[in-house]
Amino acid sequence: MRQHDTMPARLARFLVPAGVGLLFLGAWELLVAVYDIPRFVLPAPSAIWESFVQNFGSLMASLWVTLRVTISAFLLAVVGGVGLAILFSQNRHVEMALFPYAVVLQVTPVVSIAPLILIWVGYDNVEFALLILAWIVAFFPILSNTTLGLRSADHNLHDLFRLHGANRWQVLIELQLPSALPYILAGMKISGGLALIGAVVAEFVAGSGSGNGLAWRIVEAGNRLDIPRMFAALFLLSGLGILIFFGLTLVEQRLLRRWHESAIQRES
Amino acid sequence: MSGKRPDTLPLLSLTGIGKTYANGTVALSGIDASVREGGFVSLVGPSGCGKSTLLRIIAGLIEADAGALSWPASDTRPADIGFVFQDATLMPWARARDNVYLPLKLKGISWKQAEPRVMDALERVGLADFANAYPRELSGGMKMRVSIARALVTEPPLLLMDEPFAALDEFTRGKLDDDLLALWQAQRFTTVFVTHSIYESVYLSERVLVMGARPGRILADIEISEPFPRGHSFRESARYIEICAQVSAALRKGAAI
Repeated sequence: MRQHDTMPARLARFLVPAGVGLLFLGAWELLVAVYDIPRFVLPAPSAIWESFVQNFGSLMASLWVTLRVTISAFLLAVVGGVGLAILFSQNRHVEMALFPYAVVLQVTPVVSIAPLILIWVGYDNVEFALLILAWIVAFFPILSNTTLGLRSADHNLHDLFRLHGANRWQVLIELQLPSALPYILAGMKISGGLALIGAVVAEFVAGSGSGNGLAWRIVEAGNRLDIPRMFAALFLLSGLGILIFFGLTLVEQRLLRRWHESAIQRES
Repeated sequence: MSGKRPDTLPLLSLTGIGKTYANGTVALSGIDASVREGGFVSLVGPSGCGKSTLLRIIAGLIEADAGALSWPASDTRPADIGFVFQDATLMPWARARDNVYLPLKLKGISWKQAEPRVMDALERVGLADFANAYPRELSGGMKMRVSIARALVTEPPLLLMDEPFAALDEFTRGKLDDDLLALWQAQRFTTVFVTHSIYESVYLSERVLVMGARPGRILADIEISEPFPRGHSFRESARYIEICAQVSAALRKGAAI
């Protein structure tokens, strides 16, 4: 009954957007050459590539820093978000008491909390401050999605569990968490991107000399009007974001493909 | 009050059962009924007559706020009760066999110990070959069979069914009716079957309790003494038509009041 994409269709899904990208880069290259745009305004893709190769070492080191902060913040957000949502599901009073504060944390712009966190954690420990800030941004979607997911279990199944004398723990493990899985995964996809954004924004706020992630590369290159290097760092950031998104989509497909409508491919 | 076996105590006895919801709706009022051990009783009535509510009260999922529910034959509510919902209500993330295993799993029985019973239950509903299928890979009728296997895997003395085949096409429904009767005859569990189909209730049951709405109450208690197994010959007999007409008349009378 399940139908997978045929090989050509799968290839087309990759090739078509890739083709559009190449066309775009070609037009860009051409425009820069034709209108003779200076490289400190808009460098040609070839110049960006050149800069990328030249600065490969420092860019990779920065990528590693940003990646480390993003991944740790994301994983901690998953643990914290799912954990707190489980606590909420077990006790309505806890949810009532704490959920508004989770919302406060979410709606307060991370940029405005950043200086405070930086002062508390100390400028000699910036990476930890970045981690906290990225975590704050990434945490909420997981919390709210998991909270919703845990409540979404079928009412009749709930009754069935009760009829067979299931305890709280069994209801959680056997019913609520599996029901919540699609919600948790959707939350993770949002959070993965947000963790990266949080890490970058926090680094911008942390400012000069303190960080050495990709955001700092961008600031530094901007200060020196080294726009090709700025673009190289920018592309790396986008690439990282895309990688996180596709990685999580893959995880989602793997976990849900046998049973959840969202992951089932049909012949149309 | 099955006249056939007055010597044995009924499994289940309801006296003056009433239920009023928080919004003031009187779902049930003054329900008196009893079900003999091993019997097959149908509750038939229009939507909103409280038949599902009554089934849930029997299952212990909700409390009645008037009257008494007693278990004369066993003193307490059976530890195992099978319940089949209108929808198959399977866990979509679990294979057929894991869905059937659920009641045993919740009792702390290991898969190793449970496996023969689970496979046996699947075999009895004719799905031995589909043990590893996920619910979405099964047809509506097959899902309902899994649901029945799950209800019967603990070999409960009582099986409660809440309009179980209402969402199925007529052919599948007829087949499942026959299979259910065969299972009931082989295992002799007591069955309370909720339906809004007059034909289905008459075909399946030893007794039909006709219910009316607002407030939910019992309008008629019709005994059907035709022997089992019942087959096509019963469905086509004059007696069958006659009983259906009798149930139908009782329903109409209830609606007219």
